[in-house]
Amino acid sequence: MAKMHVKMNVNGAEVESLVEPRTLLIHHLRETLNLTGPHIGCDTTHCGACTIDMDGKSVKSCTVFAVQADGAMITTIEGMANPDGTLHALQEGFRMMHGLQCGFCTPGMIVRAHRLLKEIPNPTEDEIRFGIAGNLCRCTGYQNIVKAIQYAAAKLSGAPMQEAAE
Amino acid sequence: MNIAVPTREQREAKLEGMGCKRKRVEDIRFTQGKGNYVDDVKLPGMLFGDFVRSQYAHARVKKIDDSKALKVPGVLAVITAETLKTVNLAWMPTLAGDVQMVLADGKVLFQNQEIAFVVAVDRYAAADGVEAVEVEYEDLPVLVDAFKALAPDAPLLREDIKDKMTGAHGPRRHHNHIFEWSMGDKDLTDAAFAKAEVTTKDVISYHRTHPSPLETCQCVASFDKIKGELTVWGTFQAPHVIRTVASLLSKIPEHKIHVIAPDIGGGFGNKVGAYPGYICAIVASIVTGKPVKWVEDRIENLTATSFARDYHMTTEIAATKDGKVTALRVHVLADHGAFDACADPSKWPAGFFNICTGSYDFPVAHLVVDGIYTNKAPGGVAYRCSFRVTEAAYCIERAMDIMAQKLGMDAAEFRLKNFVRREQFPYHSALGWEYDSGDYHTAMNKAMEAVGYKQLRAEQAEKRAAFKRGETREIMGIGISFFTEIVGAGPSRNCDILGVAMFDSCEIRVHPTGAAIARMGTKSQGQGHETTYAQIIATEIGIPADDIMVEEGNTDTAPYGLGTYGSRSTPVAGAAIAMAARKIKAKAQMIAAYMLEVHEADLEWDIDGFRVKGLPEKSKTMKELAWAAYNSPPPGLEPGLEAVSYYDPPNMTYPFGAYFCVMDIDVDTGVYKIRRFYALDDCGTRINPMIIEGQVHGGLTEAFAIAMGQEIRYDEIGNVVNGSFMDFFIPTAVETPKWETDYTVTPSPHHPIGAKGVGESPNVGGVPCFSNAVNDAFAFLGTRHIQMPHDYWRIWEVAKGLGLHG
Amino acid sequence: MSVIPAPFSYHRPKSIAEATALLAEHNDEARILAGGQSLIPMMKFRLAAPEHLVDVGAIAELKGIQRVGDALVIGAMTTQHELQLSKTATDAAPILKEASLLIADPQVRYMGTLGGNVANGDPGNDMPAVMMCLDAAYRIMGAAGPRTVKARDFYEGTYATALATGEILTAIEIPVPPAGHGYAYEKLKRKIGDYATAAAGVVLTTRGGRIATCAIALSNLADKAVLATDAAATLIGTALEKPALDKAIAAARAIMSPAADTRGTTEYRTAVGGVMVERALRRALARAKG
Repeated sequence: MAKMHVKMNVNGAEVESLVEPRTLLIHHLRETLNLTGPHIGCDTTHCGACTIDMDGKSVKSCTVFAVQADGAMITTIEGMANPDGTLHALQEGFRMMHGLQCGFCTPGMIVRAHRLLKEIPNPTEDEIRFGIAGNLCRCTGYQNIVKAIQYAAAKLSGAPMQEAAE
Repeated sequence: MNIAVPTREQREAKLEGMGCKRKRVEDIRFTQGKGNYVDDVKLPGMLFGDFVRSQYAHARVKKIDDSKALKVPGVLAVITAETLKTVNLAWMPTLAGDVQMVLADGKVLFQNQEIAFVVAVDRYAAADGVEAVEVEYEDLPVLVDAFKALAPDAPLLREDIKDKMTGAHGPRRHHNHIFEWSMGDKDLTDAAFAKAEVTTKDVISYHRTHPSPLETCQCVASFDKIKGELTVWGTFQAPHVIRTVASLLSKIPEHKIHVIAPDIGGGFGNKVGAYPGYICAIVASIVTGKPVKWVEDRIENLTATSFARDYHMTTEIAATKDGKVTALRVHVLADHGAFDACADPSKWPAGFFNICTGSYDFPVAHLVVDGIYTNKAPGGVAYRCSFRVTEAAYCIERAMDIMAQKLGMDAAEFRLKNFVRREQFPYHSALGWEYDSGDYHTAMNKAMEAVGYKQLRAEQAEKRAAFKRGETREIMGIGISFFTEIVGAGPSRNCDILGVAMFDSCEIRVHPTGAAIARMGTKSQGQGHETTYAQIIATEIGIPADDIMVEEGNTDTAPYGLGTYGSRSTPVAGAAIAMAARKIKAKAQMIAAYMLEVHEADLEWDIDGFRVKGLPEKSKTMKELAWAAYNSPPPGLEPGLEAVSYYDPPNMTYPFGAYFCVMDIDVDTGVYKIRRFYALDDCGTRINPMIIEGQVHGGLTEAFAIAMGQEIRYDEIGNVVNGSFMDFFIPTAVETPKWETDYTVTPSPHHPIGAKGVGESPNVGGVPCFSNAVNDAFAFLGTRHIQMPHDYWRIWEVAKGLGLHG
Repeated sequence: MSVIPAPFSYHRPKSIAEATALLAEHNDEARILAGGQSLIPMMKFRLAAPEHLVDVGAIAELKGIQRVGDALVIGAMTTQHELQLSKTATDAAPILKEASLLIADPQVRYMGTLGGNVANGDPGNDMPAVMMCLDAAYRIMGAAGPRTVKARDFYEGTYATALATGEILTAIEIPVPPAGHGYAYEKLKRKIGDYATAAAGVVLTTRGGRIATCAIALSNLADKAVLATDAAATLIGTALEKPALDKAIAAARAIMSPAADTRGTTEYRTAVGGVMVERALRRALARAKG
C-alpha cells in the first residue's frame, strides 16, 4: 500500500513522516520516532502500557493507526518533564511513593495519571483507582501508585503531601 | 571558622544503608521513559522473526508449505525443524532433563506450539509471512485431563521416547509418565495413619496459571560471522545460564557469547527458561548474518511460553482427637504438559514441594509426586514462588483448615497447637529440610491481635445466624494462612542447574575516590537490586549508597551467577555482597593500620571508617583508605581495592508469615468483596522496608488474582479458552484489594546479614489465605473443600450446589 | 503470530456525502472506522481485513449533542467520554452516563464512540440495550438517501444489523423520557475492561408509586441486545411486589440464551441476568418520582 504523509506534534516538536496506513501509532512512535517510553504489553487494548496523550485524551496507542493521528498533538512520557527540565510532579511522586517496580507500565501510567489530574485535580482514592483502571500493573498492587498520584495532586495544588510510601 | 563535625546519626544517615527506606535509583530512568528494555534495542539491518503456530493440540504435521510466504514482500526466510536439523537444533534439552522440540518435528503436542519461524525485514512483513505459511495437519486424539494420562489406552504423546522407560529422574511406568519422586518415610507414615484417631483425605488442586509479566519474552540475537561471536540481548532472569546453554547447544565457545539482559519488565519466573524463540532468533542470525529480533505477543506468552502450577494434590492428615497432627501423606499428580521443561534445580523434579509439612511439627510424612505428560504447553515455572513452594503451601494450608473443621476446632487455634516451636529451631522436618529460624507463635499472635480475630469470629457467627434466618444473602469468610517458605537455592551439595552449582556472586571495585561499582550474578526484573544491594555495601564498608553503582545483566562484566528467581537474590547474592564487602573491609583495615601506625587488632569499625580503639580522633574513613589503596598501599600489599565473592549458602532460608483475609460473598451472583487483607511477613533482616512493602503488595495482588480466577484453562480438545488479557484475570486498580502490612524480624542465623528473601512470600501465603476465606465462608453450610480458582461463576456454583438459590 | 493488521487503503472523508460515496465505491471491501476500539483489535488479529478503511473521524457533521424539542440528538462520532461530560445528555437521560461509565476503561472511552458501540452489532456492547430502553432511533445515510430505524428493530444477530452495506449511522435520536422517570443500568463483569457477564437496563415511569411504563433490555445475554417486552408488561401497575416481580424475572430469563464462556455457564449467566434485571428494576423504581 502506498505510504501516506502524516504530520504531528510530538512532545512539542513538529514531525513529518511517511507511514503505511496500517502502521499502529505505537510502532510509529517507537520505531520511527525512537520514542521507546510507551510500551507494548498485551496487544488487545487491555494493559495500557502504550498509553499516550493525544489531543487531550488518554489513548492506547496500540489501538490507533498513525494515519489517524495526522495533525494531532501528542505527549508521551518523554515529554512529561517540566519545560525547565525538572521532573513533573507525577514523575517525582512515583519515585517518592514507590509507585513502580519493573517500570514497564510506568510511562503509560504516568501519562494517564497526567490527564486524570487535568480533569480531576484533587481526586479521591476511588476516582484514582477508576481513572487508572485502563492501565495494568503486575508489580505494585496499585496501592503505591494511588499514593504517587495523590502526592502529585497535592504538589500540583500547592499543598505537598507529608505521608511516606508504605 | 567552625566546621560542624557530623554526628554519628548524620554519618549513618548519609550512607543510606540497611534499614533505610531509600528511594530507588532505577526510578530516575523509568519515570522518564528511559528504561532500556529488549524491544528498545535496535541494531542496523536488524530483522524480525515471528512464529507460525499450531492450531491443534495434538496432530501430525503433514506438510509445511512456505512457497507463498517466501513471495511476501520483505520475507527472507522460513525456518522449520528441517532447517534446524542441519545444525542439530530441532530439539533442545530442558532444564528438567527432558528434550523439547524447538520447531514441530513431525507432530505438534500443544496448541500454539512453534511450527515455523518466519524471518523478515520488519514485524509487519513477518506477520504477513506467518499468515501465508500453509500447514497441513492430521489431528490425533488429545489428552487434556491429567487424571486420564496414565490410563492404559491414553493417547501416546511422546513418540520420541516411547521405548525409553528410564527418564532423568528414574523409571517411567507408562508412556505418558515422566517420573515418580518420593520423600519421607512411607512405613512410619502408613503406621501413623493406621492408628490415627482422626484423618482427612482430599484432592486439593492448584490450577494451571501463568506469570504473565507485563513485558513478554523477547530477544535480539546478533551473530558476527567474522569474529565468530554471538551477542544476545534478552529477557533473561538468569543470563549466565542462558550463555552456558547457548554455548552447549550452538557449540559456539562460551567466551564468544555475550549475553545481555537489559531492563526487564517483570519476570515472576517466566523468564528463567530457554524458549524456542531464543534458539530460532540465534539460528536466524547465524543463517542471515543479520541481527534478528523476536518479540512474542501476549497470546503467545500465555499459551506457549511456560506455565505455572497444575498440581493435583491428594492430601491426607492424621491427627489426635484433641488436635495434634501425627502424620502427613501427599500424592501429587503433576501435569507438566507436552515436554518436561520445569524450571527447577536439576535434582528436584518437583522443586521443593517437600516443604509441604509447612509450619507444623509433623512427626512423620511421606510424599510421592508423579509427573505426567498432557497436550498442554510445557513449562512449570516458579511463578513468584520458590520451586513448587506455593503449591506446597496451598496444599498444607488448605488441608489444615479441613482438619480443623473436621475436629471442630478453630483454624487459628489448631495452627497454634501444631506450630514448630521457637526452641525447636534449627528444625528438621519430616521431609528432610532444616528450617533455619522462626518464631511462629509470636507472629501468629501479633497477627490475630492486629485483625481482632475473636471479634471477627463473633461477627461471623452473627452473620451466619442472620443468613440462616433469611435476613441477608451475604456470607462472610475469614481466611487464615500461616506459611513457611524455603528460598535461596541453594547449597551446591544439593542444588544445581544443568550441573552448575547454585551459588551466586558479587564483584566490588572501590575506585580511588571512594566511589564503587558492584557487579552481580543476579538480574533484577523490578525488585530494585540497584537500590538495595548498594545499601548492603553502604552498611558493610561505609560508602554512601549513592556512591555505589550496581550493575547486572552483562555476562562479559558480571561474575558468573545463577540469576534471580525463587527469592534467591537476597539469600544468596545478598550474602555474596556482604562477603565481598568484608574482604574489602579487611584490606582497608590493613591499610588503615599502616596509615595510623597501629596493629590491625587495635582498630575498630565506626560507621564509615576505622578508628583506633580508645583514640576515636585517630581514624581513617573508607574514602581516605580507598585513595590510599591506589596511592600509597602499605609495603608488600597489592594496590587496589577490589574483591569478588562466590557464595555457596550453607542452607536455604525460611521466611514465614501470618495472613488474614476477610471476605463477603453474595450467594446470588458469586460476587465477593475483600473487606480486609492483613499480611505479616518475617523475612529476617529488612534491608529496605519500602521495597519490602512494595514486594508484598505486588505478591498479594498476584495471589489475589490466582486464587480468584487467574487460570489457563483448556477445553476438551486442547484449546486454551482464556489466552488473552480479556479473559486471563489480571486485576485492575479497581478490583485489587487494599493491603495492610506488618512484620516481625527473626534473622537467619547462617546468612551474613540475617536476611531471608521476601518477594515471593505474599504469593505463597496469599493464595491459600484467599482460598481459605472462600472455603470458610461456605463451611457452615456443609462444604469441605472448594477448588480454586474462585471466580464469580464457580462461587455461584457452590451456592447452587448447596441449594441456596431456592 | 504478531498482532499486526493486514494492509489496507485509508480514507478520511470530510463529509457524510464523501463517506457514503467512498462506501458505495468500495462496497464490501470497505469498513467504517469510528473510534476503532473494537475494529482495530479485530484487524490486528486479522478477524477483519478490509481493503479500504473509511475513517469518519474528521466529519464534523457526525459530532455533537443537541436537545431538539423532545428529542436528544447525538452525533454518531460522539465519544463515550464526550457523552459523559455532556450536561445536555445527562439532564435528558441520565442512564446514558451511568451505562457509559461501565464500558471498557478510560482510554477506550476517550476514543470509543456511541455510534460505533450501537452500530457494530456486538451483543456484548452496552449501548444497544440502553437505546432499546429509551426507544431511540438511528439516523442512517446511504447512497439511496437517509432513513431512520428504531433501535428496537435494528439488531438481527451477532454483528448483524439493519445497517446495509454502504450505509452509515449518522446520529441517534432519543425521545427524552419524562421528568421523574426511573432508570438504571446494572452490569456484572469480572473486571474493568470486560464485557458484561450479564447486564440489564431499565427505564420506567410511575404513577402513584406504581409502574406506569417500563422498558427492560438485556446486554450480552443473547446473540444480540434484546428487549424484555413480556417482563416489562408484567410489571405495569405494580411496585415490584413479589409475585409480579418473580414473573417478570422469569419472563426476562426466558428470552436469555447466553453462550457458555469464560464468564460462566449458560445457567449461571442466565441466573445472574435475572439478578441484574431485578436490581435494575429496584434501583429504577427507587429513583422514579411520580
